[in-house]
Amino acid sequence: MALSEEARARLAPKAAEIIARYPRARSALLPLLHLVQSEEGYVSQDGIEFCAGQLGLTEADVTGVVSFYTMYKRKPVGEFHVGVCTNTLCAVMGGDAIFADLKDHLGVAVDEPTADGKVSFEHVECNAACDYAPVVMVNWEFFDNMTPAKVRDLVDGLRAGADVTPSRGAPRLVTWKQASQILAGFPDGQAPGGHTAGAPTLAGLRVAKAQGWTPDAAASAGSDGGSR
Amino acid sequence: MSTILTPELTAYWDQPTSFSLATYRRNGGYRALPKALATDPDQIIGIVKDSGLRGRGGAGFPTGMKWGFIPQGDNKPHYLVVNADESEPGTCKDIPLMLANPQALIEGAIIAAYAIRAKLAFIYVRGEVLHVIRRVQHAVNEAYAEGFLGKNILGSGFDLDIVVHAGAGAYECGEETALLESLEGYRGQPRLKPPFPAIEGLYACPTVVNNVESIASVPFIVLHGAADFAALGTERSKGFGIFSLSGHVTTPGQYEAPLGVTLRQLLDLAGGVRAGHTLKFWTPGGSSTPIFTDEHLDVPLDFEGVGAAGSMLGTRALQIFDDTTCVVRATLRWMEFYQHESCGKCTPCREGTFWIVQLLEQLEAGNGSDSDLDKLLDICDNILGRAFCPFGDGAVSPVMSSIKYFRDEFIEHHKRGGCPFDPAASALFAMETAR
Repeated sequence: MALSEEARARLAPKAAEIIARYPRARSALLPLLHLVQSEEGYVSQDGIEFCAGQLGLTEADVTGVVSFYTMYKRKPVGEFHVGVCTNTLCAVMGGDAIFADLKDHLGVAVDEPTADGKVSFEHVECNAACDYAPVVMVNWEFFDNMTPAKVRDLVDGLRAGADVTPSRGAPRLVTWKQASQILAGFPDGQAPGGHTAGAPTLAGLRVAKAQGWTPDAAASAGSDGGSR
Repeated sequence: MSTILTPELTAYWDQPTSFSLATYRRNGGYRALPKALATDPDQIIGIVKDSGLRGRGGAGFPTGMKWGFIPQGDNKPHYLVVNADESEPGTCKDIPLMLANPQALIEGAIIAAYAIRAKLAFIYVRGEVLHVIRRVQHAVNEAYAEGFLGKNILGSGFDLDIVVHAGAGAYECGEETALLESLEGYRGQPRLKPPFPAIEGLYACPTVVNNVESIASVPFIVLHGAADFAALGTERSKGFGIFSLSGHVTTPGQYEAPLGVTLRQLLDLAGGVRAGHTLKFWTPGGSSTPIFTDEHLDVPLDFEGVGAAGSMLGTRALQIFDDTTCVVRATLRWMEFYQHESCGKCTPCREGTFWIVQLLEQLEAGNGSDSDLDKLLDICDNILGRAFCPFGDGAVSPVMSSIKYFRDEFIEHHKRGGCPFDPAASALFAMETAR
């Protein structure tokens, strides 16, 4: 894909805004790459050339950075990119089975979009939600306590254009490109909405409340709590 | 039963809009900040030193001491960088904290920046957590609107800006110097130390890099005093921390307790191991900390106790695996992670993790031999202590510790010519029959 003159003109002020956040321009490179990914859905050669131009770097410099980070795609992925956690904890709790089932169900290779361009999938590493295992991400939003059947329904819904809400995330699931825009530092106003804490997040707090272990009681208990 | 859990950071995560500045203030938030701004910065560093707070990102370095290393009067800009790149397998505490209570992090960051005389702070959040990034962006905006960020904060003359920076997917960026490289716009590879970041960090200027939970603990310490924090915990591991239980446990989740609590105590509160099963192995602090078994249920989960028992407290990421789990499979998956995430800078780590994966694949499939175990340990020995950064030491932990405790299970695989375990039995859902 080519980055059109119109797109370049539209991205330039945003690029300037990103660069202005930092004492040194090169620090803007990661958000700039998220920005070009928000335009094209992946980091194209034109995207690399655009970032290099903004920062006075060579395309080789920028390419070296792009290839290091897994979130930058060098080919288009689906409008909804599904990441199945197959790190040990999630894998053992069922992530391996989810991954195998989803691969079979979609019939595409990793990072390859379905024919309608709607969905792609990949392995992801631990996404810091182990207490909700097995975990699946869609455009970097959490879908907790998944099963193979739930994930099949999820991707079928996404392909059919259904309204899909993350388990813990924004009220409205955004597209891959829109997500990249937020990562570049341009929020979509959804921060106050959506979910905050599921049952595992609150597990210890609920036990403490049931036992009457309030913060004040804890402070007066002193070292008793931990030294036994 | 006497107090085992001490919800402080997690105290009101159950309130609707717990993430908002208004809710934070209603629950006592932003009372530490004016107190801090009316105190000499060096005194704040002293209070944090006296509290005994040690880094909550895994290494456990004393936070106040780290702040004290920043040279003062050097006419260079100073920077605070919050490491919110939570990626260590099993670790899942900073992400829920930033989702539920990002203002505690912001208030802590303002106090920390004031103490080290930084006028610019960065929060480096891993990119793969979209709603968390929204919440942190939102929290920063709310703090600006309230006058807690920007010029002349609360009339103190202190100025601070905070930039939220999203990463792009690289475990290695959790290492502090790799994080700084990444924040400067390069590949996230570690730097040689010394110089340490306190002397030459971001843009070669004095920089403090602290974990999210460390910084979020600072308002409590400033508000209630070092003694109140130090009253919790054990002799050299002070205060409260979030313990994350996951895996084959009845009620997984976040349990905030004084350091020194035991897994037996936490499991009791979490309803025990999955019904009908027994504890087989667990990690005390993520996959980079050597595994423990059911022999270690009463090890005090503080820096010294876990260290004395042969592992590390790490990030208090308690991944629980029951008797259905194949330790060879678990180790292989961890090693695939390290192989994938090795930054490639140094040979022992880049090549060694690759070889380990190949050997483990053979062993899991039942095609290995006893001598492969010796070869694995030999490779580990050539990575341990010989890698450029702590990644290498972490990567060999699962291999060395699983062979130490479960050598017979490795051997059983090639004796039988395959894995003796059924992966379906480990899953948290009933596997569907073949379609």
